[in-house]
Amino acid sequence: MTNSIGELEKDARCIFVIGSNPTENHPVIGMKIKKNVLYNGAKLIVADARYTDLASIADVYMPHLPGSDVALLNAMINVIISEGLADQKFIEEHTEGYEEMAKVVSKYTPEYAETITGVPAEDIRKAARLYAQSGPATICYAMGLTQHSTGTDNVKSVCNLAMVTGNIGRPGAGVDPLRGQNNVQGACDMGCLPNVYTGYQAVTNEAARAKFEEAWKVKLPDKNGLTLTETINKAHHGEIKALYVMGENPMMSDPDLHHVEEALKNLDFLVVQDIFLTETAQLADVVLPGACFAEKDGTFSNTERRVQRVRKAVNPPGQARADWEILCDLATRMGYPMSYDSAEEIFAEITSLTPSYAGMSYQRLEGKGLQWPCPTPEHPGTAILHKDGNFTRGKGAFSAIEYKAPFEVPDEEYPLVLTTGRSLFHYHTGTMTRRCQALDEHVPEAKLEVHPELAAKLDIADGERVRLSTRRGSIEIKVQLTERLRPDVVFTTFHFAEAAVNWLTQSELLDPVAKIPEYKVSAARIDKI
Amino acid sequence: MIRLTINGREVEVPRGSTLLEACQMHGIEIPTLCYDPDLRLAGSCRMCIVECQNRPLYLAACVAPAEEGMVIETHSPGIIEARKVILELLAARHDFSCQTCDKNGDCKFQDYCYEYGIKESRFQDGGRHIYTVDDPNPFLERDYNKCIMCTRCVRACEEITVARAINVEHRGHHAKIATAFDGYLEDSPCVFCGQCIMVCPTGALTSKVSAGKGRAFEVDRVLTTCTYCGTGCTLELNVKDDRVVGVSSNRDENWSPVNKGALCVKGRFGWDFINSPDRLTTPLIKENGEFREASWDEALDLVARRLQEVKDQYGPDSLAFFSSARVTNEENYLAQKFTRAVLGTNNVDHCARL
Repeated sequence: MTNSIGELEKDARCIFVIGSNPTENHPVIGMKIKKNVLYNGAKLIVADARYTDLASIADVYMPHLPGSDVALLNAMINVIISEGLADQKFIEEHTEGYEEMAKVVSKYTPEYAETITGVPAEDIRKAARLYAQSGPATICYAMGLTQHSTGTDNVKSVCNLAMVTGNIGRPGAGVDPLRGQNNVQGACDMGCLPNVYTGYQAVTNEAARAKFEEAWKVKLPDKNGLTLTETINKAHHGEIKALYVMGENPMMSDPDLHHVEEALKNLDFLVVQDIFLTETAQLADVVLPGACFAEKDGTFSNTERRVQRVRKAVNPPGQARADWEILCDLATRMGYPMSYDSAEEIFAEITSLTPSYAGMSYQRLEGKGLQWPCPTPEHPGTAILHKDGNFTRGKGAFSAIEYKAPFEVPDEEYPLVLTTGRSLFHYHTGTMTRRCQALDEHVPEAKLEVHPELAAKLDIADGERVRLSTRRGSIEIKVQLTERLRPDVVFTTFHFAEAAVNWLTQSELLDPVAKIPEYKVSAARIDKI
Repeated sequence: MIRLTINGREVEVPRGSTLLEACQMHGIEIPTLCYDPDLRLAGSCRMCIVECQNRPLYLAACVAPAEEGMVIETHSPGIIEARKVILELLAARHDFSCQTCDKNGDCKFQDYCYEYGIKESRFQDGGRHIYTVDDPNPFLERDYNKCIMCTRCVRACEEITVARAINVEHRGHHAKIATAFDGYLEDSPCVFCGQCIMVCPTGALTSKVSAGKGRAFEVDRVLTTCTYCGTGCTLELNVKDDRVVGVSSNRDENWSPVNKGALCVKGRFGWDFINSPDRLTTPLIKENGEFREASWDEALDLVARRLQEVKDQYGPDSLAFFSSARVTNEENYLAQKFTRAVLGTNNVDHCARL
């Protein structure tokens, strides 16, 4: 997030939520948005194929067809420019590439966008005016925007919209990706990415590499590694021979599980370190028992870049050990001694090598934690990035982006769009929440959300089990009738191994930059059983 | 600033303060039940009444503005007597089953009844309402036989969670907290966040998941960060005998900067996986397609040997590491350090895209 969570409760005068369902996936953030809208007069725009809880209180709701985000966002920018609502001063002083972007956007009239998105042109106009004219405006997005073969384009389009109205770098004005997992921000910050060390220092940058070589006293590889999705593909081809999986469950979370299963079985050696014998761990050669968050010390970094303490409350069960202790032991056995007395000692090493964390210490994290960048021990942390339009890279770069159709568009054989997401009551691959008595009792199984019109056409009833298929395969799943979504779209969650929807998603065409899979659009069909 | 006298002491407070705030600023304790600093004022329980010179009626301190020159007594004999009557009136609808109550020892109503010596109520002539306790949801126990109608749950639901699932039904002695048409919570807009439990001053609202597992005075509370979504809510793990038995809120924004104690259903009720019998407790090695238990030495030696063999035979880029968005920063740091420094490849990633 460029800004902080608290601003969504008071400072933002308009909130544009696209491809995100905060009241289910980030519930406490959802509460703050609702409070701002219902009691504090903030305007709310929601763009989502599903009529979410926030859609029900929105000033404008746009049920755009999954995969049509660029067309929708370009049309909003088109309206803002053609109606003279753009912030010319901000554009001139703080950005570059405006002309090229404006040229591309000029053909995305609301009427043209309506033909792609299915959203009435007048609603697009209303949304554009509200976003541009309400005061400080924040865009919140999540995987509904990013999990597309055009995910990077979608995010760049969101940035175009924010910059064309100068909605960046002030309280309540920003671009807020809502990150889905407790420490996904931290895992990125810590360099668990194939191209960067901690704090996004590039592995191809010689100075950065030299710094880490000196600190770690070892020669380091100088070319970018493989992303997770690419690794699975290479394992499938036989180029990746051994894989170490710590606290991940690709046999539920990755696209096209047939492909993942074949890839993992094709490995010479698979180690899985986890707290449960997950679907992935069952395929492992060796399984190592880790400790969960309640059983160790450390830190998590949340979606607003706030680094906060995690404290040990109980001992791990049996012989299970904290993941960091296992890694140290293994590195030492492999001839690279790693030894730390505590998580705090590791954190000190992190801060010594990571400029954006350099001013942090466990002592300073007590209480409210700190938001990065926090470069010095006196620095108070950073609540808002790109303050007053002064972008980290210098000038904010507009991108000229054309709409591209998703990899799979519905056809006669597979006439529906299948899109996936989460339930309020479960988390990711269900490893933890399926083992929580109350959560699993309340929501024990996957349901396929189907519009009653579609159900009538297919002669299926509420609660009926049907076969849901894509070009990758089929699952059997129970139908739940709901008017929450468009009749041409069906939705289900990916928490349930019994009806794991990722058997159906595709891994052939990823986003070319981010390598993110297109979970939000698969061409699908429903058959009666 | 304005000046007033409280219990014989002249004090200064900012204009616009309530009498309760004036007392709190100067360390004078006033009992409250319906008052909650984060919620709209109700002024309904009357426990906070104080005596003001030259005023015929006692004032509810939580809603009465402090005024220049006021002379206030917070614990005069008349006030003490009035609070006893108020407690008796509230007790008229309260089921004193403290010995089996999960809130025993952590109950404001119990504390005040103890402090003011209230053992029973004189106002139960017509008997009290007996409410059935049968909401089938797996999260929240609603026992309105213990409810004193402070309405903090209603206000928390409306103002913190903005679910607006519950309100007051009927009036007077018949008043009761209810969903629309007094149905089950799962048929209402309730999202089972348990903010109502967080604010309830009695045992009327408690966690079914924690029931019978440990009372406040038996548990240690360990402040930590939630393990689910990326919001980063602060919560307290309640620990008894080296087991997590529940989750509670820390409502101090200096310690709970993101959520100020507010949680969602997963944060508040999704902790029992920690104690699941399915937890892995020992390293496992697969032999002939079956797992067998192994010692750490054996398992780690095997992993070290096999990774080294693959590296030697096929080169470092034939190895890859999937780290985790679930584990700590420190562990993620070591995961990429291990991959780069020990395995010798940049093939490290995690589920940021999934």
